[in-house]
Amino acid sequence: MTAQPEIAIEFDHVSYRLAEGRELLSDLSLAIYRGEIFMLLGRSGSGKTTTLKLINRLLEPSSGEVRVEAKSTMAWDPIRLRRRVGYAIQEVGLFPHYSVAKNVGLIPMLEGWPRERTDGRVGEVLNLVGLSPETFLKRYPHQLSGGQRQRVGLARALAADPPILLMDEPFGALDPLSRVELQTEFQQLQQRLGKTVVFVTHDVGEALLLGSRIALMENGRMLSVQTPKEFLNSQDPKTKAYVDAFSASHRVLEDGR
Amino acid sequence: MNFFHFIARHRAEVLTLTAEHLWLVSISMLLAVGIGVPLGIVLTRKPGWKAIILGTNNVIQTIPSLALFGLLLPLPWLGVRADRLTITALTLYALLPIVRNTFTGISGIEAPVREAALGMGLDSRQILWHVELPLAMPVILAGVRVATVITIGVATIAAAIGAGGLGEFIFRGLAMVDNNVILAGAIPAALMALIADGILGLLQSLLQRPRH
Repeated sequence: MTAQPEIAIEFDHVSYRLAEGRELLSDLSLAIYRGEIFMLLGRSGSGKTTTLKLINRLLEPSSGEVRVEAKSTMAWDPIRLRRRVGYAIQEVGLFPHYSVAKNVGLIPMLEGWPRERTDGRVGEVLNLVGLSPETFLKRYPHQLSGGQRQRVGLARALAADPPILLMDEPFGALDPLSRVELQTEFQQLQQRLGKTVVFVTHDVGEALLLGSRIALMENGRMLSVQTPKEFLNSQDPKTKAYVDAFSASHRVLEDGR
Repeated sequence: MNFFHFIARHRAEVLTLTAEHLWLVSISMLLAVGIGVPLGIVLTRKPGWKAIILGTNNVIQTIPSLALFGLLLPLPWLGVRADRLTITALTLYALLPIVRNTFTGISGIEAPVREAALGMGLDSRQILWHVELPLAMPVILAGVRVATVITIGVATIAAAIGAGGLGEFIFRGLAMVDNNVILAGAIPAALMALIADGILGLLQSLLQRPRH
């Protein structure tokens, strides 16, 4: 560990406006460090996903600059940029006409990896996300459960070994049991892989469990950036509202016991 | 003399005209797919052109086939030969279902799939080959299927301008007021349409994988 953590992603006074003029993100400045899990927390429409999509240039800033590995996203070739940045989304977006093997191996294949290396890597990342290659390689997305699909989506995002991972509510659509299972596994996985992760969620519990830092967003603005511990002890009323909502759901537990 | 006697006696001619018919339809369909699918893809990239291209196609569809043959007749290179003219007209008719279904098939792909493809770093051509065309294929094929059946029917009109095909029997039978002669053209044409429909339908169901 160096004294000064290295910056992986930086927002420099970034705003994003729709063509009609509505502002989805206002003057965001932020540094995300290498190897951390940076949580973007907020209600729907708070600008979390917009922030995420600015990183892999699915959206382009209306003003300001987003820098990935010290280079403006506008200076990156968008295709190169997106292949250095893994992307996993809630609806997964697996290709329904491709087997698990082809879904996961597509980017390595397009990157021109030799066949054996791609096959080896596909098996490796499937193991990493807890799916046995023998069972799953030949299956199609419709033959998988929701949790298995999310795992394949994660494996696909990891396939070309990108240093940065963007995750947009990747566990949002899962039942509570699968969600906790995947969250726990993801946490262990991240400790081994040391990727820089930007993670969008509206679930306070998830943010507290997984995040190294939590950014609270509202109406296109970033209200605060805190560690989970600071977040829990914050006196800021908006942060407190989240913490209160979270503890309210836990009070039920305690009352029930 | 009944229908079967007529067929038996004119076996060679039935075969020749069927072959001609098949040739006119095949060439027209190849052209229509070759033009229609790319045109449908262009529409998904430039939605502004949708009104013009689909509108023009719609207008063409409303022109009665006999009139379309007549309208094309004065054109310099086309009017010279009946088969050129026929193939042009048949291609124009077959275009609409193919363009429309290509456009609909690609536009109908679920947003997350497209978004994931883009976010993973596929470029526009790779998205087309790996995602859009395979997923839209059953819909595109449905368009080709409809177009083929229409074309086989419309191709019988080609005989009116001397391009041959099974329409020869139909027009001759009409002139002779002889149902057997009409049927000698109509039945093989109908069989051809049914067989083509069956083959393309089979292909379509093979490509139609269950989705999540």
